Amino acid sequence: MQSKSKMLKKAFVTAFPYTIPIFAGFWFLGLTYGIYMNVSGFSFWYPMLMSVTIFAGSIEFVTVNMLLGAFDPLQAFTMTLMINARHLFYGISMLDKYRGTGWKKFYLIFGMCDESFSINYTADIPEDVDRGWFMFFVTLLNHFYWFFGATLGGIFGSLIHFSTEGLEFVMTAMFVVIFLEQWLKERNHTSSLLGLGISLLCLAVFGADDFIIPAMLAILAVLTLMRRPLQRGGEIQ
Amino acid sequence: MTLTQQIITVAMVVLGTAVTRFLPFLVFPAGKPTPKYIQYLGKVLPSAVFGLLVIYSLKDVSVLAGSHGVPEMLSILLVIVLHVWKRQMLLSIAGGTVCYMLLVQTVF
Repeated sequence: MQSKSKMLKKAFVTAFPYTIPIFAGFWFLGLTYGIYMNVSGFSFWYPMLMSVTIFAGSIEFVTVNMLLGAFDPLQAFTMTLMINARHLFYGISMLDKYRGTGWKKFYLIFGMCDESFSINYTADIPEDVDRGWFMFFVTLLNHFYWFFGATLGGIFGSLIHFSTEGLEFVMTAMFVVIFLEQWLKERNHTSSLLGLGISLLCLAVFGADDFIIPAMLAILAVLTLMRRPLQRGGEIQ
Repeated sequence: MTLTQQIITVAMVVLGTAVTRFLPFLVFPAGKPTPKYIQYLGKVLPSAVFGLLVIYSLKDVSVLAGSHGVPEMLSILLVIVLHVWKRQMLLSIAGGTVCYMLLVQTVF
């Protein structure tokens, strides 16, 4: 029992620093989301419960509009699939990493938001730290930050005055760092460059609201076509 | 919308989100060997996805209006320089964010 609590503590202490930027980002974005719900006329129960059960930032903002519009559950479902389709790529990438994590696996998958995925995929977890618990705490902390911000925003709503303009950039900065980390680790940059290039191109062609799905399909198509040359190069086994 | 309709709407969003997260794990369960093609995708996709996420987080920046994306460009450059130089995740992120906040609050 002693060694188990020691192991848990170690995993938590190792995981926490990785989540600090997400604390800053989620606290702020969650607050914004809670305030948005508040000024849209919803009680704090809505952002509080939705932040826990959905736990996917952008779709939660969209859901506010759905709740204000006409009742259309099928549209709500298909819209969610479209906006969150990128999670499919996360899942394919995490098939191996989440393997052997026991009951925690269910929660790891449930809480696999952009940030949890990015950290759990790239973090260099020390040998003596339990991988499953490390990833569990990363996910749990992120989940908590989001819940905390959303609930706070829902309760205090319009009372809060912002002097924190620009804080949302913390998420961009984090994704840039994660991209760089991956870049510095890999020998072949083809996929990184494709991801940036295709996404940028699709953003220019389809616009901010509709570029994700075309970008994903194009990335999938090009990587599939390049399978032979990429594998022959020996960089990707 | 009635409360019941609201609950159903939120439940559909919860379900949709869960489907996108659980589907790969259900289609390729841990007990069975994963197809070679999916294994290949699992190795090459993350790099591309991180690129996609960078662009995704910048999707609402307009290069044609406002500050033309200049504060974003400068702050990202700083993040890259800091990170290549010190390789301290928190320092790079904090440096870039503070730089961006200063730029949008005082300069632009």
